[in-house]
Formats: sequence, structure tokens, C-alpha cells
Amino acid sequence: MEFLSYLISGISLGSVYAIIALGYTMVYGIAKMLNFAHGDVIMVGGYISFCAVSYLGLPGWLALILAMAVCTVLGIVIEGLAYKPLRSAPSLAVLITAIGVSYFLQNTALLIWKAAPKVYPSLIPATNAQGEVNALQLFHGQLSISYISLLTMASCVVIMIALTLFTGKTKMGKAMRACSEDKGAAQLMGINVNATISTTFAIGSALAAVAGVLLCSSYPTLQPTTGSMPGIKAFTAAVFGGIGSIPGAFLGGLLLGIIEALAKAYISTNLANTIVFAVLIIVLLVKPAGLLGKYVPEKV
Amino acid sequence: MKKLSIKQHTRTDFLTYLGVIIAFAVMSFLSSNGSLSRSLTGQLVPICCYMSMAVSLNLTVGILGELSLGHAGFMSVGAFSGVVAAMSLQTVIPSAPLRLAAAMVIGAAAAAIAGIIVGTPVLRLRGDYLAIVTLAFGEIIKDLINCLLVGYDANGLHVAFNLTGSKTVADLGMQEGGIAIIKGAQGATGTTIISSFTAGFLLVMVTLFVVLNLKHSRAGRAIMALRDNAIAAESVGINLTKYKMMAFVTSAALAGAAGALYGLNFSSLQATKFNFNTSILILVFVVLGGLGNLWGSLIAAAALTVLPELLRAFSDYRMLVYAIVLILVMLATNNPTLKTFFSRFKPRKHVRKEAV
Amino acid sequence: MKKKLFALMMTLVMVAGLTACGGGKEESPAPGNAEQPSAPSAEGAVFKLGTIGPLTGDAAIYGQAVANGAKIAVDEINASDSAVKFELQSEDDINDGETSINAYNNLMDWGMQVMVGPTTTGPSVAVAAQAGSDRTFMLTPSASSADVTAGKDNVFQVCFTDPNQGVSSADYMAENMADAKIAVIYRNDDSYSQGIRDTFVAEAGAKGLDVVYEGTFTNDTATDFSVQLTAAQAAGANTVFMPIYYQPASVILTQAAAMNYAPTFFGVDGMDGILTLEGFDTSLAEGLMLLTPFSATLEENKSFVEAYEAQFGVTPNQFAADAYDGVYIMKAALEAAGCTSDMSSTDICEALVPVMPTLTYSGLTGKDMTWSVNGEVSKAPTAFVIKDGLYVTP
Repeated sequence: MEFLSYLISGISLGSVYAIIALGYTMVYGIAKMLNFAHGDVIMVGGYISFCAVSYLGLPGWLALILAMAVCTVLGIVIEGLAYKPLRSAPSLAVLITAIGVSYFLQNTALLIWKAAPKVYPSLIPATNAQGEVNALQLFHGQLSISYISLLTMASCVVIMIALTLFTGKTKMGKAMRACSEDKGAAQLMGINVNATISTTFAIGSALAAVAGVLLCSSYPTLQPTTGSMPGIKAFTAAVFGGIGSIPGAFLGGLLLGIIEALAKAYISTNLANTIVFAVLIIVLLVKPAGLLGKYVPEKV
Repeated sequence: MKKLSIKQHTRTDFLTYLGVIIAFAVMSFLSSNGSLSRSLTGQLVPICCYMSMAVSLNLTVGILGELSLGHAGFMSVGAFSGVVAAMSLQTVIPSAPLRLAAAMVIGAAAAAIAGIIVGTPVLRLRGDYLAIVTLAFGEIIKDLINCLLVGYDANGLHVAFNLTGSKTVADLGMQEGGIAIIKGAQGATGTTIISSFTAGFLLVMVTLFVVLNLKHSRAGRAIMALRDNAIAAESVGINLTKYKMMAFVTSAALAGAAGALYGLNFSSLQATKFNFNTSILILVFVVLGGLGNLWGSLIAAAALTVLPELLRAFSDYRMLVYAIVLILVMLATNNPTLKTFFSRFKPRKHVRKEAV
Repeated sequence: MKKKLFALMMTLVMVAGLTACGGGKEESPAPGNAEQPSAPSAEGAVFKLGTIGPLTGDAAIYGQAVANGAKIAVDEINASDSAVKFELQSEDDINDGETSINAYNNLMDWGMQVMVGPTTTGPSVAVAAQAGSDRTFMLTPSASSADVTAGKDNVFQVCFTDPNQGVSSADYMAENMADAKIAVIYRNDDSYSQGIRDTFVAEAGAKGLDVVYEGTFTNDTATDFSVQLTAAQAAGANTVFMPIYYQPASVILTQAAAMNYAPTFFGVDGMDGILTLEGFDTSLAEGLMLLTPFSATLEENKSFVEAYEAQFGVTPNQFAADAYDGVYIMKAALEAAGCTSDMSSTDICEALVPVMPTLTYSGLTGKDMTWSVNGEVSKAPTAFVIKDGLYVTP
């Protein structure tokens, strides 16, 4: 029974990683850049919804929408100011700029919201007003799955399916795929590449806001550096699943969470991260483009 | 044409060495004179370490053309093995400069071994996949050192690995009078400081010498051929694995030596210092200085190490201003208008190259 | 044209950003050297006092608390008719040894005579070595490792040492909850946490306490604790010892509640602050025990807490209290040694070193504190239990 509850902790954590990784992979697939500021957009999303609930007294779902709106705008602004001028620059220059943006967001948050950590008002609190646990009880209470975990897992699946349909069926989605294959050719076919990339950033940042709210709801603490480690983990998850692949990011995120939880439970809490990264290395050695990534051999 | 280009790079190399020597002479003069602020004097050794780190990373990123996000991991291996070496050799080698040299050699050797272990799987991958695996190794090294317990007594070194989180220094079973050198998360504390600016200068010179000679050797040309077009290079008989490993391991060893110098400059050092952010910081030096451009790396490393200290006047806004400066510099150096403007001052050869 | 537009926009954003931040600053001034309201009036001996701590980055909460606490003490002293007055400067070290040395050197360039800092353990060990060889008097408010003071006669601590806390906790448990089955959850990459855990487990073994599970986490895995909690529950632990800071502890308490797991939670001085954590449901901390020298809810600390809240908008934690005490201890020591402000930092250091062990001081974080020659403080930790959102003695 403990195994099942470890597994569920893992899936729950993995779902959060997966949502972040989906945003990462979208941006990477189209803009071909590692957006290290993504984790910090998550943090901003967390703070916005925190302020909306705690200071403005808005309900959780409205706070989520507000956070998504703010993050979408933020994503577009960041892209326009910091990344767009570097469209033709080497990819490393964009990488460093992204890191600059990440420092910028963290330090701005530090100045606005101060260093004191805040406890996030969960979308679904751990216990209800009667003091009962807000969780699904199975096997006569031996196994409990909190509602917030269920919500996280469900959102993750919904977002994954929605993104797959969006990129597969809609006109904008097709434009995105075209841009990801070949920007020059896409432009020749009349696709507005700049607008497509901006839209991708907007979607990625909105997803980051969702991830921020769910992350902070499950692990209720918030400070200016909250986003960095989940950001790196999600980046790992995206690569694990095959960067650029939407189902891959989903799978990678889930597996990463499960491995982390099981490693903590059965091997060593000290080395949980080491084991996660070791598995990643082994997977990449066997499948050099990640689990679901397409391996494109270099043509001469 | 060929003759000219050789002359060109010899001149650049010469100027780079000369620049480092002049900078060292000026700094030594100023600091013996007492006209250098304490703040700057204290930063001299770290600056040398970062310069050496930047040059060695430039070998991987600029010359070999592979993105590494875990360079701090090698620095960490070098730092901790260097500290262990220096602390345990205290009686064997009483002279501090010699002990420092020994520690740096041991640090470099340890980091080179780590480089071989990491490089074997990593160099089979490409592009961003390679980058993420180096990141993973950097994090793994950090976690492993966090669990490491090392002590030294009359019987020699005692090493324990705190896998379950329940071991302490007491489990090392040291005799009385033994010293704990690395204490898990508490890191290496109580290290005797033996680093000096002169050692830092020599390290930078050696690093430059190794990297420049490698770059201009037959091996270096093979490495750059692999960077520019791996398939074409392999088709003319260049051994991909051999040359990639050569560059990667050299880079790791130099980082290890820099790490040893760094570790012996502070009496307290934790594994968490060498995290992802430090790797990124060094990458920033390299990118800002220009890929493959060694003197650029030197200047960028010095400037960006001093910058946060100069920004202390901004107090709370310090790191914010640092971030803005970083973004603006990246935007400015990649701005086409500015690029054309600067290229006017360069010799014509460069302009023609860009046109191609 | 586009470029010019862009440059213009960037400038506007920066200006807007800076003014916006500046606007926020008026309400709750943060520490730093840009503002110098702590500069005293001309009369009396003015000593240059420096503090160091992480004002940015992961650990900013601790460094800012130290800078703020010191500022309140300095303002109070300068407003009083005391003969000793201070000019305060606080520097940032991002919780990093190298930067901390830089900050220390910066303060020395500024002309610092005495230092209340650094805040965190790792940087303090690095700075202590430097201060030891420079002969600068150093009183760290909150760096608790024994390594900080080891081998240096001019480095003193305001807070408990880690060994002291670990031993006290184990002794308390052995006396009052002898049949406890204990799980320890600690942070494996933090010297403070590991230091307390090591001595706690050693003393628990000596006292015959039953430690059934040990789980760790690192800064990188500090999001999810459900695995450690499930394992502790499975091991039958009825007491969870958490030698960690209050922020991860708040997550542990929330997740334990979500799992319906309700052991006795036991913390150390890093736990102080959990009740004033913004947004925290204090009912989750019901029954939490902790050994701490300072409590913001006690009557005798009221004036400090009120002054701090009025100036900085948050409730002070033990770091702020330690720094506040540190400044007053420094004042007492300077007075006892008869130092004058025209003395150099080394002369002051030589004068203060013999005085410290003779000093007795009562402040926010302890009554009748005394110091040993090697720099450790001796004061009694008080055990508190949280009832209805307040600290009460059990």
C-alpha cells in the first residue's frame, strides 16, 4: 500500500513537471531556444494569483485566469523586448539573454514581494472547514489521494490533449509546426513567423501560470526563487521525453516525478536528484533524442 | 594568405600573453603599493580562477563547439580534491607554494578523471541533449560531494559515503588528533588558505598556453574541423571520439586546477557553491567574450566578476541592475547596426569573412 | 527606426521599473547602504558597524532580518543619550562565501571598526578566517556552527551553537517524551540542519531514544515531502524532529495534515517564524514543539516587535532578534572596554577580546548570556508548544 501512495506522490509531482515541460517544449519546438526564464514566469504566476486571492479576495478560479492573463502579457513582452531582436543571433546569445531575464524576474519579484516566503492559499485546501481531509479515501482510508493531486493530474491530461489537438488541427497550430520545421520556407508560404513565435510564447507563458498555481497549491510555499528548480526539472523532463514533442513532455514529466518519488522511498533521500539525472543520462544514451523525440540524422 | 593568417594568430596570442603579464604586473605593483582597495585585492584570486574557468570552458564551447552546462562540476571536483590533498600533505610538504602546486595538479588530475567518466557517454550525444547531460552530471557531482565525508589522521585518509543520511564524521573512525576535511553538507571548513595571486597568474598563463597550443596544433585543427562539420571531418579520417575527448578532458583538467586554487582561497567551501548557477555564470563569460576568443573570455570574466561588487552602491537593486546590464550587453553585441559600426574598425579580412 | 524605438522602450521600462520599485520602498524601507538614516548625530563616539547577510537570493529572508534588526537597534541607540553611537552599513553576500569575503572587504574599505555578521554559517566560516587574521572583531548574530568560532579568539556568537541545540533537543525528549519513536527529517545540503541532526542523533543514541526513520531533502528537492512523511508513518514514528527552517516545515505540516498523519512535530530555533508566515494556517501548527531562544509573541519582546513591524511591515524572526541583541552586546562590550571611535579596528579588537568573557547580557534572545573564551554563548533555550496560535510553555 505504501508503494501505491509513493507512486501517487510521484504522479502528482510529475504532473506539475509535465505541465511546465509542456510550456518548455512548445517554445523550444518553435523558437529553438532554451527559455531559462520559463521557471520564473511560473513564480510570477504564483505571486499574481496569491495577491489576487489574499489581497483582492478573488475566488481561486478567477485568480487563475488573472494569473494566466498577466503571464501571457509578460511572455509576449519578454519575447518582444529581449528575444525578438536576437532572432538572427547565435542560439547561445539568446540563451544568455534568457538567463538575464530570469535574474531580472527573480530580483524584481524580490523587490516587489520581499524575501519572506508566503504560504500559498491552495485552490483546494488540505482540510475542509470541518477539519476533514480533502482527499479521496481508498481501501478503507489506507490510501488517500488529495483532491488537489487529482485536479493536477486531470489538468495535466487535459492540457496535453488540448495542445496536441491545437498543434495538429488548427491553422495557427499548423503554422507553428511549419515554423518549427523551417522558418524560411514557412515565411515564403505566407506564414507570419514573428506573430507565430509570439503566440507560442503567449501560450507557453499561460501554461506557466497554470503550472504556477498548481505547483503552489500542491506544495504551498512561494518565494522569488520558487520557480528555478522546478524549471530545471521540467527542462530535464522535456529533454527526457524528446524535446519539441508534446506527448514526450507529458511522459517525461510523469516519469521524472515517479522516479524521484520512488528513489526517495526505496534508495536514498539524499540521492533522489542524482538518481533522476542518472536515469536521464541512461535513457539518452539508448535513445539520443529522448523517449518520443524524432532522431533526425544529419544530412550532408 | 595562409602565411598571413598564421602571423595574425601569433600576434593575437602574443598580445594576449602580454596583456595578462602587464595586468599582473600592474596589479601586483598597485597592491604592494597599498593603493588597491581591499575589496579588489580580495577578488584577485577568484578573478584568476574565473578567467581560467572561462578559457577552459571556451575550449569546450568555442573550439569544440559543444554546449556544456556543468563546467562548475569539474571545478567542484578539483576544489575538493585539491583541499583534501593540501590538508593531508601538510606534514609531507611544509612549503605552502609547493603544496598549492601539488594540490592544483591533484585537482586537475581528479577533474580529468571525472572528465573521462563524464565525457565517455556525453560526447556521443549532440546539441541540446549533450547540454542537458552535462547539466545532469554537474548536479550529480554536487549531490555526491554533499554526501562525502573525508578525514585525515596518522593512518592516512578516511573516506565515507553518507548514502542513507545517517553517517557522520564520527563514523570515519579516525584516531585522536585527526582532522575532518570534508564534512558532507558542511563542506570543507577550516581549510588553511594557501592560494596567492601569483599562483593565480601562473594558472591563467598555463591555461592560456595549453589552450592556445592545443588550438593551433594539428589536434586543434582536427577539433575545429569536427566543430564545423563533423561528417566531413570524419570522412577525411579524423577520429571523432579521440579528438572530442581530448578537448573535453583538457578542459575539465584545467577547470580542476582552477577549482583547487579557488578551494584553497577560502577557509569554508560547500558543494552547493558549484551549482547550476555557477556553470551558467562561466558560460556567460564565454559567450560575452566571444566563442573561441580567449582574450575576450579573460576580459569578460574579470569584468563580470568585478561588476556585482561595483554595483554595491545600488544596494537592493544590485542584482537587478546586473540582470539589466547582462540583457542590454547581449542585445547590443548582437545588434546588426552596431556590428557593422564596429566592423569598420577591424581589418578588412574580417569584413570579407562575414560577407561569405 | 525599430531599434531606436526598442531602445527607447527598454529605457522606459527600466525607468518605470525603478520608479515603481522606489515607490514601494517608501512604505517599507529595506536594508542597504543607499539610505543612511542610521547616521548618528555628532555628539558621542561614533563607531562604524558593519553587517553582512544575504539580501538577495534564496536565503534573503535571513540576511534582511539581520540587517533590519541591526538597524532598529542602531536607531534606538543613536536616539538615546548613550555615549557609544553607531554608523551602520549592511552588505549583501547572497549566502555565498566568496561574495561574503568581498562584502567584508568592502566594509573594511569603508572603515568598519566592528562587525555584527555574517548571517549564515558557510559564509561566516570564510569571513571568520579572514577576520581572525586581520584582527577584526566579529560577532555573528546567527551563524550557529562550531566551525565559525573554532580556532579564532576574536569571533563570538549570539545564537546557540548547533551541537548545543541538538543535545538540548535530545535531552528534552529523553526527559519528557521518553517512549517517543522519532523520525528525523532534515536538509542534507545545509550545514545548519546537518549540524543539529548529527549531534541530535548522537545524543539520542546515548540517551536511549528510539530513532526509527531518517529522511533528508535538499534545496533542489524541497517541494515534495509526502514520500518522507509516508515512510515516517510506515516506520511507526509518533514524533517528527525537524531541525530545519520554518518554510519547508510549513510545507511538511500541510502535507502531513493532507495525509491525516498527526505525530508530535518538534523543531529548533529555525522553526520560529512559522506562526507569522504570511498565509499560513496556524491551526496546522497546533501542538508543534520547539526549542527557541526568541518568540515574537512574548510580552517582554513587545516593544521590539512593534517597532520592527511598524518599520518593515513584517513580524521579526529570531534572526532579527539576534542581530538586535548583537548590536546591544557590541555596545556593552565597547563601553566595558572603554573604546573610543578613533581607535583602529585591530585596536578595538584587542580591547574587546578580553572583555567578552567577562560580559553578562540579557536581551531578546536570552537572559544572562555569557561567553566562553572560545566565543560560544551560554544561554538556556526555552521549550515552547504552540496552542491556539501562540507559544506557551508546556
